[in-house]
Amino acid sequence: MHRTIAGLALGLIAGPALAQDSASQTLTVYAPDYFAFESGPGPAIKQAFEAECGCTLDYVLGEVVPQILLEGDRTEADIVIGIDSTQAAQARGTGLFAPHGVDAAALTLPIGWEDETFLPFDWSYLAFVYDTEAVDNPPTSFAELIARDDLSIAIQDPRSSVSGLSLALWMDTVFDDAEQAWADLAPQIVTVTPGWSESYGLFLDGEVDMVLSYTTSPAYQRMAENDDTVAAAIFDEGHYMTIELAAQVAGTDNPELAQQFMDFIVTPQFQSMIPTANWSYPAALPREDWPEGFRELPIPDSAIWHDEETAAERRDPAIEAFRSGMTR
Amino acid sequence: MRRLAGWPGAAASGLVLALVLAPLGAVLWRAGGAGWPEPADWAALRFTLWQAALSALLSAALAIPVARALARRRFPGRDLLVLVLGAPFILPVIVAILGLIAVFGRSGLLNAALGPLGLPPLPIYGWHGVVLAHVFFNMPLAVRLILQGWLAIPAERFRLAASLNAPVWRLLEVPMLARVLPGTLAVIFLICLTSFAVALTLGGGPRATTVELAIYQALRFDVDFGRAVTLALIQVALCASGAALVQRARLPDAFGAGLGRSVQRWDGGHVLDALVLGLAMLFLLSPMTMIAWRGAPGLLHLPPEVWGAALRSLLVALAATALTLALALPIALWGRSLGTFAALLPLATSGLVTGTGLFLLVHPLIAPRLVALPVTVLVNAAMALPFAWRALAPAIEAAEAGHGRLADSMGLRGWTRLRWLLLPALARPLGFAAGLAAALSAGDLGVIALFAAGDQATLPLMMARLMQAYRMEAAAGAALLLIALSLGLFWLFDKGGRRAAA
Repeated sequence: MHRTIAGLALGLIAGPALAQDSASQTLTVYAPDYFAFESGPGPAIKQAFEAECGCTLDYVLGEVVPQILLEGDRTEADIVIGIDSTQAAQARGTGLFAPHGVDAAALTLPIGWEDETFLPFDWSYLAFVYDTEAVDNPPTSFAELIARDDLSIAIQDPRSSVSGLSLALWMDTVFDDAEQAWADLAPQIVTVTPGWSESYGLFLDGEVDMVLSYTTSPAYQRMAENDDTVAAAIFDEGHYMTIELAAQVAGTDNPELAQQFMDFIVTPQFQSMIPTANWSYPAALPREDWPEGFRELPIPDSAIWHDEETAAERRDPAIEAFRSGMTR
Repeated sequence: MRRLAGWPGAAASGLVLALVLAPLGAVLWRAGGAGWPEPADWAALRFTLWQAALSALLSAALAIPVARALARRRFPGRDLLVLVLGAPFILPVIVAILGLIAVFGRSGLLNAALGPLGLPPLPIYGWHGVVLAHVFFNMPLAVRLILQGWLAIPAERFRLAASLNAPVWRLLEVPMLARVLPGTLAVIFLICLTSFAVALTLGGGPRATTVELAIYQALRFDVDFGRAVTLALIQVALCASGAALVQRARLPDAFGAGLGRSVQRWDGGHVLDALVLGLAMLFLLSPMTMIAWRGAPGLLHLPPEVWGAALRSLLVALAATALTLALALPIALWGRSLGTFAALLPLATSGLVTGTGLFLLVHPLIAPRLVALPVTVLVNAAMALPFAWRALAPAIEAAEAGHGRLADSMGLRGWTRLRWLLLPALARPLGFAAGLAAALSAGDLGVIALFAAGDQATLPLMMARLMQAYRMEAAAGAALLLIALSLGLFWLFDKGGRRAAA
């Protein structure tokens, strides 16, 4: 009896110390909602990493870039994953991040990657995805899309979504006069939604023939929904790439653990969880190791992508071309 | 109401003002000063004012014949109709948009019916789509407000007018409308000022940019806090002028309570009234039917997390309801002009700025995600306050006007007066106010997305996540669940209030 009480007392004293010890072994990862959602890659990645490190991985969900900009150096994050490459300059501006410390040779992106802070973990091509039952002759170039007046399109607003901003940068690159191109495209654009999911929902409901999405979207429809009627129109001019990045926070309490996670990102184990959970291409996995449904997807001939400085520099003119072209 | 101490009203008003203005101050402090709006922001301001004015005018204009028909006719199921007609107002915005598109969209019911008739499809996207959605949301509110005006005309007047063969419309109804309409217009105008998702999804492009979108862009995308604060201050200024208008305008006597028996009338128009009511029902009910129709299959595909989220939404709604009433009652009882301003301010406040400001205030003290749900309760309660206040204030005024002197002569003061004079008269509006607060709070995404609540998601957040994960069918199922929760809560509270009053 007395021994029990003594044991309890000891437990109460030791408890906080133990808790503190295990708390220092917790890795806090800021991730977008869709990444850590039950059908996203997050839960499987958490399980695999916890088994490897013997620690706890906690996700904090939300829009990661506004989040860290709000928090500044008081951030709790050890790792931030899911930074869109168009927002990399803003994220870097916080000065929060340490070098990723991973050998870039492991990457299999269609473009070279030299950045030492941000590590790509997945990517895709922006594309206009169409309903094969409604569109039997999809446009084969951006110029053709603009000339066609029989298609109805939903896109995302460049002022409120990274996919919309990427489209604006894409058009800014393809056309000499992007404002004119927007004005020519305007009649086909049925609506502009705040984010990707609203547009994609309209497309699935048959409200539009085409929607701004990704070349990997048809893989979801085919593999998860058994739906063969969705395809991406491949344009001759090339497609803008969306690259999602991860970075480790310099002020982390767990530098070893954070580095271990960065190393984990480029392992085949992590990378093979990306395609059928995040519905995008893995950034460090050779094509022959992709799931069949991904290998079968048509791939654009050339990749268009702005490095961070160019993306930051072209951002305002590209958005202004959208605004003034669409309101002409 | 000098007989009661005024301090609880002032305290509640002060709390609300602090809840709205302190976050604004936090964002301003973080920005290091206000920014200057861009030229595009002025265009957004013009569009915002224009669409809000048009939405208010149309909602009120269409509500007049509906309210008139409801006031003139008695038929079985009239009470149920009044209840159901109120439903669009408490629908979650994103769900309502899905329903409107299912009816008015390219592949919606309306265009499916027009096609075989050889008529061209009617597009929903554009400024008219924005106005259509706002009328859908707010016409039911206008009907309720205007109906109160009609019911306040004593039956004897109609009898007298009929016996003299005098024109009822010109003598009785036009003066009543002149009193009721300005307040109705002002409230709907304020509601439409902060529209964001409606305007963007149905607006069809940057022509339909609202100030709220500009705030979103500044805050979440450009991270230009100074500009966001300036835009938010413009909204507050607009609200202040709106509140001044509301106060000057003679308000209708009651908001939701006392939809009593209809007056016997001797002027004709049965067919016309039936037609008006039929059309209004078709317009308001068909989108809701479509949401149910499309969402039903999705109910089978709901991931298990949805049920936990639904429970959290229920608890958030109940807590927010309690807080809303705790704020609205003292403000309605003892708040003066400061109370009116405090009660209306949340209407024209950007939830995004409030949420961001609260995040900045909370962050140095505690991890924001740990307080995601309490903060959501707080903000939802503030957002529901204007409606709860509007339900209570006129009823209190009426009770004081009717029996205040008697209570004075009996020496009823303070809490006794509250207990014996006011609370009995307030049962119905309290039930209605609680129903509104619960439904609005359950359906609103609110600020929870800003607070990075990992496994603490509410139902609206869960629905947004399902949509982002390509799972549109499950999202439609979650939407249906959300409506059932919102309407169920409203119905229960409203019914409870009616029963207590009976």
